[in-house]
Amino acid sequence: MVPADEGGGLMRTDLLTEPVDGLDEALAAVDAFDGALASGLLRPQPDRAAGLLGLADAVAGTPLAAKAAEAAEKAVAGAAGEDHFVALAAARTALLGAVHDALGARAEEATGRPRGERSTQGDGPREAAQEVNVLVAARSWLSDLARCGWQGMDHEVVAGAAPVVSALLPEPGLRRLAALLDGFAAELAASCPGASLQQVPERRWADLWARAMLLTVPGAAEMPETATVSGRLLPLGVDVHEHPTAVQAQIHAVLEPADGSAARLVRASVSAPKPDTVVGAGLWQLLRPHLSLLEALGEGRAMELTDMPVTAEGDLLWSDGHARQGEPADPFATARVALPTATEAPTAPLDRHPARLAVPVFVEGYAAQLDEGGLTLTLAGQALHVDADRIPTASPLTPEAVAKSGACIGLLRWDAGRFTLQPLAVESTVRKKTVALHAGAWAGGTTDKAGVKGEKAATDAVKVLRERAGRLLRK
Amino acid sequence: MGDGALSGWERSSTARVIAPARPRKLAKVPFVELADGRLQGVVSSGSDIGRVYVSSVTAGEFAYACSTNNNRPCGGARGSYCNHIAAMVKEAVLQYGAERVARYLKCDLADAEPDAASLTRAMLATRPPAGDSKAAATVFSRFLRHLAYLEFDPATAPLPEMQWFPPTRAVA
Repeated sequence: MVPADEGGGLMRTDLLTEPVDGLDEALAAVDAFDGALASGLLRPQPDRAAGLLGLADAVAGTPLAAKAAEAAEKAVAGAAGEDHFVALAAARTALLGAVHDALGARAEEATGRPRGERSTQGDGPREAAQEVNVLVAARSWLSDLARCGWQGMDHEVVAGAAPVVSALLPEPGLRRLAALLDGFAAELAASCPGASLQQVPERRWADLWARAMLLTVPGAAEMPETATVSGRLLPLGVDVHEHPTAVQAQIHAVLEPADGSAARLVRASVSAPKPDTVVGAGLWQLLRPHLSLLEALGEGRAMELTDMPVTAEGDLLWSDGHARQGEPADPFATARVALPTATEAPTAPLDRHPARLAVPVFVEGYAAQLDEGGLTLTLAGQALHVDADRIPTASPLTPEAVAKSGACIGLLRWDAGRFTLQPLAVESTVRKKTVALHAGAWAGGTTDKAGVKGEKAATDAVKVLRERAGRLLRK
Repeated sequence: MGDGALSGWERSSTARVIAPARPRKLAKVPFVELADGRLQGVVSSGSDIGRVYVSSVTAGEFAYACSTNNNRPCGGARGSYCNHIAAMVKEAVLQYGAERVARYLKCDLADAEPDAASLTRAMLATRPPAGDSKAAATVFSRFLRHLAYLEFDPATAPLPEMQWFPPTRAVA
């Protein structure tokens, strides 16, 4: 046995390809349910019954057992109501939560990092929030969708999302559901009518459907502040998410608490609804004024935090008033020195899902290979697939740059049956000098030609839309 | 795929379904979308800054409609596509790519190079009928709804659901 690298830093990539107990069985139950959902639950074909009942069987040993069994039986009979759909969504979420836990444990072993204790604060059952009409409307739309299935959906059904999203967006507390439904509905609309689809992204749409369904339960989307933190924040890199009408930038960082306690992994996020014509480098303009950390990241600086609110999951609830500029800090130094011993916060129960896994890692001394099969990094004889498609186009980092690199800060993810690495930054040697390229290099602004052009295009787009809005909207 | 097993794409939580829009200049056509079974959009009037035209072409039939935001019919859209519709098709091709627009409209380009000109030509060759302009109100309200996206403040509370929406390097 080779002991886990004591200094940290060395990733046990071999563990990432070994089978995980129970994974295939859990995913088979998920797939069978997803197939039933794809063909619609209005009058399920007899061959879909197994998929529905199988999901309930898979959670038979959990507190959801009775509700899931009842919901599955009703669904098989074509008699499922909204509460039954919520129960099915909950059962599917629980199953993928277990998958998340198994994969998370495997990732933890591979990185050799300690896991933080779950704080008990804010963990108890929350007071049921008020039932909001718009949540009822969202659930009703999602139920219609489940009855049609992806194969039976048409423009009329999908259009039902628009008034729901319009009502959700102005409510800051409902932004999670708003952003989700908006992106989901755009995909469905682009894929209508479902009957003519040759291929359906069954896992993905069932994921989005189930998550949205759970978020219609009042209080499910709450992420309360559980503490405040002070100390030095050392950014590692930025992960960008976007769909036509929303964008989010999430900065992964190591926090060195001022009280001398162990370093922790935290995230700082900023998101905005956006018009679909604002894209690429222009997205930073929307986000930059609300998160000074983006600029610090661009400049390669740390930030000093004072009493910054944080959730139990390690998400900083950023406000610039609690942060000031710090000393220069190289993310690669952070990755080499501070990352190996930083503890990770546990994921909130409802958010446990493999797609949520985004484990900051540092790898070096690999052999990179770029070919038709994609981009892989081979470490200690084990190939790790690089999810190069996640590198934003508005960035100096490219798949080719990753292929030529010698060290990489990334996020370990899992999707479609395998672990992958999402590069956040790479180091390479050019004429005997070490050069770093960061996915988020342009977050704080850039002089790069393509970046400047992208920002200008977005500025112009927003200007035109504001002018049109001024003339047409407020009449 | 063989024995009915699902492909990687079908089993991916982050399968990319639509490519991001490509940037374009919005001055003439501030809004286009592929929605409700139509290519529809809003075209700014060349002569009156307070006026816009609401244009649409239906998928499959290519039936066209164009009227002002005050519901006056467009003088150009009689018997064939007006300039507003032509401009809308052009901008839609810039934003979404000709192939996606053609696919959505169910327009067979045969062997022609997919672009705005071939798309318009192929649709006109079917002698498309005038459609009803009842959709105009819906389209205009969708445009206003779209403009409202600029009014919502960014937020720093995390949106875990956005993990399902990674960027893609694929282009439309």
